[in-house]
Amino acid sequence: MMDFLANLFDMLGSASFWVATLRVATPLILGTLGVLICERAGVLNLGIEGIMVAGAFTGWLAVFNGADLWTGVLVAGLVGGVFGLLHAALTVWLTVSQHVAGLGVTLLATSLSAFAYRVSFPQVSTPPTVTAFAPLEGLAGLPLIGPVLAGQTSLTLLAIALVPTVAYLLYRTPMGLALRMVGENPAAAEGQGVDVIAVRTGAVIAGSILMGLAGAFLTLSAFNAFFFNMINGRGWICVALVVFASWRPGKALLGAVLFAAFDAAQLRLQQAGGALPYQIYLMLPYLLSILALIVMARRAAYPQALMKPYRKGER
Amino acid sequence: MRLESRSEYSPRAMLFAPIVAVLVTLGVCALLVAWAGAPVGQTYALLFDGAFGSRFALAETLTRATPLILTGLAAAVAFRARLFNIGAEGQLYLGALAAVAVGGMHGGSTFDLPLPLLSALMIAAGAAAGALWLLGPAWMKLKLGVDEVVTTLLLNFVALLLVSMMLDGPMKDPLAMGWPQSVALDPELEFSRLIERSRVHTGLLMACGLAILVWLIERFTTFGFALRAVGANHRAAAFAGLPVGRTVLLCALLSGALAGLAGVGEVAGRTSYVTTDMSPGYGYAGIVIAMLAGLHPLGVLLAALFVAAVQVGADSMSRVVGVPNFIADVIVATALLTMLVATLLTRYRLRWGRT
Repeated sequence: MMDFLANLFDMLGSASFWVATLRVATPLILGTLGVLICERAGVLNLGIEGIMVAGAFTGWLAVFNGADLWTGVLVAGLVGGVFGLLHAALTVWLTVSQHVAGLGVTLLATSLSAFAYRVSFPQVSTPPTVTAFAPLEGLAGLPLIGPVLAGQTSLTLLAIALVPTVAYLLYRTPMGLALRMVGENPAAAEGQGVDVIAVRTGAVIAGSILMGLAGAFLTLSAFNAFFFNMINGRGWICVALVVFASWRPGKALLGAVLFAAFDAAQLRLQQAGGALPYQIYLMLPYLLSILALIVMARRAAYPQALMKPYRKGER
Repeated sequence: MRLESRSEYSPRAMLFAPIVAVLVTLGVCALLVAWAGAPVGQTYALLFDGAFGSRFALAETLTRATPLILTGLAAAVAFRARLFNIGAEGQLYLGALAAVAVGGMHGGSTFDLPLPLLSALMIAAGAAAGALWLLGPAWMKLKLGVDEVVTTLLLNFVALLLVSMMLDGPMKDPLAMGWPQSVALDPELEFSRLIERSRVHTGLLMACGLAILVWLIERFTTFGFALRAVGANHRAAAFAGLPVGRTVLLCALLSGALAGLAGVGEVAGRTSYVTTDMSPGYGYAGIVIAMLAGLHPLGVLLAALFVAAVQVGADSMSRVVGVPNFIADVIVATALLTMLVATLLTRYRLRWGRT
């Protein structure tokens, strides 16, 4: 037991552990913020899993074809936004089932990416690579957090900076107020002169752009190539993390980092050759997400109009 | 733009919706085929030919349709009660695993039972494994209000890892030369061939029989009535004194069992052992099939045949012209979205301009 605690403290005190944690957390932070923005406006976006695949693929493809890294990120965001527009058209304008439309967007974005990859690279056995974002070694000199930040790329800093930005926009601007209103009581918002359809459409597009960026992080920073199964449920985990975060950006950051710390810890245990089959360790993130849902279930304060379509003049 | 509720319900429109959806889908996907640099007409002709053009093609399509009918039914029956079971993929794998656990050879645990009994036990085990895997999410939905879509999706990954773990461990085939596959099923337990010199097996009869059975249950039993009532409006159903919780749990058991049976059929009818890549997304395709069928159990038969034809036809087409067979997944996904819109338009009319 003492051994275990000593090891635990060693791990928590090592910079490499926190470097790994932040790297795992980055796509989760971006994806969770994306889901949060959509859900705060009353729209469930299960397209996330596929939008992350599409963002990962198109961002990488742009860089592979000679664009610079930030253009790749921009492309991934744009593609995410386009799929967001599709989801908004289906769920906000046409008011079809948000569950099924989201799954449809995921299936479409995933299969389109796979199709486009095969058309672009008909005969490759090993995935082609690009030069990914370099770690910010210039930050190593900062006290305390320097060694941790030096292992990260600009995209991670962008993700962390987006948390207070989203929080400010949601809670301190008229736009954020309108967004939260259409997610709680769209009829009342309409009465205040808010265009419910427009605000929800904008929120879904904005959230989906972040999901696209989350995907691009994986191909342009965490790795340097695109694989078919690289998202591997990360999108669904983000959907669970939003519930865990009670739809608050700050808690979303906390949830994503906490989750990533567990994931980084299980990776270490796995590499240290734990006594259990490696599959058990790989199951942990998914089981942890379900556990988070169970723990928060009683306290979950869902946006009141979540998954409720709004049709003008219909009660 | 706004939506206006249609006053009259038109069964004819409901019937046309899937046809229109499929035609629009083929039109949209023609653009992708053209982008891939292939002649559109020839590609679709080859796709059709690859699915129905010969005795072999037709047999392959029917073989592919067998698990798809079952996962389609699993989704259709659950969605009818508004239980969004997206976990058919995982339930299928566990059904397959349970079937081999009961009927596996050398190192497996073949029980000392007469053959018909053992066969029944194998099928029951597969159904039970799928059913139990969905019971957890259904219970969490009822008791805790946890969204079952997310839990069933996450459990798909857990199920696949569980299968992978069993294939590395207790159910590893010692004769597989290190390939990750399970012990083989006792050959006596394999489903017999339905058509000679093909891979079509009696699992197809089981799937069709179950489609009819599910339709009879939904249409003519008290449980079926409760199922439809809970799906239409669960508050009204509860107010009318229907046991909402029990209905949802029973529905979960039925849906999970159907998906589990899809796994049993694959093992007993086709592969005879479990691998971690035995399903190319049958569970997810089942959702599309259920929606294309308008959740009607008999419609599932047709919709599953369509999806099977697209998948089998695309495989054969991609070998001739340079269009990747991923086009099948794109067609299936697009069909889901167009069907959603088509169904909506049978209930609502689009009005343009300001009110």
